[in-house]
Amino acid sequence: MARYVLQRFLGMLSVMFVVVTIVFVIVRVAPGDPAAVMLGPDATPADIEALRVRLGIDQPLVMQYLFFLGQLLRGDLGQSIFLDMSVTSALLDRAEPTTFLTLFSILIASAIALPVGILAAYRRGTFFDQAVTTLTMLAASIPSFWLGLILIQAFSVRLGWFPVAGYGGPDASFLTRLHHLVLPAVALGVVSSALITRFTRASMLDVLNDDYVRTARSKGMSEFRVVLKHAFKNALIPVLTVIGLTAALLVSGAVVTETVFSLPGVGNLVVSAVLRRDYPVIQGALLVIAAIYVLINFGIDMLYLLIDPRVRY
Amino acid sequence: MATQETQAAPRLHTLILQRKTLAIGLFVLFVIALLAVLAPWVAPHSPSRLSIVNRLRPPGGAWLFGTDEFGRDVLSRTIYAGQLSLVVGAAATAFACVVGITLGIVAGFFRKADAVMSRLVDAMMAFPDILLAIALVAALGPSLATVIVALGIVYAPRLARIVRASTLVIRELPYVEAARALGVPTWRIMTRHVLRNLISPILVQATFIFAYAMLAEAGLSFLGVGVSPEIPTWGTMIASGRQYIGQADWMTVFPGVAIVLTVLSLQLVGDGLRDLLDPRLRKDL
Repeated sequence: MARYVLQRFLGMLSVMFVVVTIVFVIVRVAPGDPAAVMLGPDATPADIEALRVRLGIDQPLVMQYLFFLGQLLRGDLGQSIFLDMSVTSALLDRAEPTTFLTLFSILIASAIALPVGILAAYRRGTFFDQAVTTLTMLAASIPSFWLGLILIQAFSVRLGWFPVAGYGGPDASFLTRLHHLVLPAVALGVVSSALITRFTRASMLDVLNDDYVRTARSKGMSEFRVVLKHAFKNALIPVLTVIGLTAALLVSGAVVTETVFSLPGVGNLVVSAVLRRDYPVIQGALLVIAAIYVLINFGIDMLYLLIDPRVRY
Repeated sequence: MATQETQAAPRLHTLILQRKTLAIGLFVLFVIALLAVLAPWVAPHSPSRLSIVNRLRPPGGAWLFGTDEFGRDVLSRTIYAGQLSLVVGAAATAFACVVGITLGIVAGFFRKADAVMSRLVDAMMAFPDILLAIALVAALGPSLATVIVALGIVYAPRLARIVRASTLVIRELPYVEAARALGVPTWRIMTRHVLRNLISPILVQATFIFAYAMLAEAGLSFLGVGVSPEIPTWGTMIASGRQYIGQADWMTVFPGVAIVLTVLSLQLVGDGLRDLLDPRLRKDL
């Protein structure tokens, strides 16, 4: 077991190292001088040169890379060019809406996907099963930002049930904020439920014909217990994996959905950073989001230890 | 099994027609592509003709899909936008194929390269697709070509992973061993013996990548970090329609329906092809 944990941990570290390198390369190939962008069009060449020295970008690439690694090891993501704050504070300031949006979407996606997927597998080949297959494919074809706009048209503009945009302002209560998150979370949740439904169905199909399910039935157990307790528990591993990965992928959907609903989250921060060429913010956001993905993956691997005794060797 | 093999192979179109979803997907895709190619002839109006008198007209009469804020015909713009949306999706897929297949085959063949490439692929897959595409477009400077290259880079690892896994299996098969024993050079084994047997999984995966790339392109255009907002793609059309929600819903609804239809038909084709080309890959997914 210790070997398994160590192996996964080292794997995670090496992937993280490559992630850091990729981010460094992407930001360094960007055209234009960050110092010139920072200081604006009125800056003198001397000012630009002074800032280049201060930022360390006058050094050779290898030195810059080592400096970047050193900075990261100290937990420093650098300073935003346009916002008067560090990248870490900028990200932390915007983390709340994105975190809640992601959690809320995952809840909605799982609430749709798990029962539907289980039932589709249980009623394999029926009209219901076919309808589920078609609907999941349809859901996976809808751009979440477009669904968001359609929801705004229907539920905010026409019916007036939900706010059109925003997060309720800085003094809004928790409930008001949640109210603002309903439509974006539904838009993201519906779209991401497709993948989870398909995995739940496939994974249930794998176990429903297994011997232990037949044994459970022959003992006279209720179908409900057989399906949920015996079959679903064993189908859970791939389902958990896909839920975890969907959570990580949701960040991607959140980038666009936050813009649709003008939510002041990390996605919105990244988009405005790209439009303003605020490279340190882009770099920091990329790193943090990729790190979350890698950590979630590691977490799922560790979760296997709890769920599946076979992994413990 | 033996009797099946000796029977004449059914013709391709029979095989396709037997799979209803594949046939429907191919048909819808064909119609969408045809409309895009024949846009100058089938579009009822010029996509860029301004008519301020007729701005924001609801669907009906001379404007089947209504008009936008400059009085331009939404139907004609949707048809024309299909050209670029499809071209970007196809070109990004082609780029992803070239990079992904090369990386995957090399990684599958050479152990030393495998260690590096697998890490690279794992790391690339840690970035959410749109976010990585945004960062790459920001780094390379926004233009049509960079959007294609960025999306190609984003989706190449998915192909590389599949190609690598299949290569690892195929390289151990007796006929590859036989080719090696006969002294066939490695590059020739890679292209002639391995690549040929990878065409089915590559084709299936490429169809799905096409679908994802179209969704991602629409997302980038919508955010204003993709192609220039003046160029009509389905994504830029939705972005400009966003300002008129509740007032001119048709500006966002129709280009969105076009995206959904195209992506859905691509997924149907991908699913159908998976069943048709490689029943072993079928996993009830």
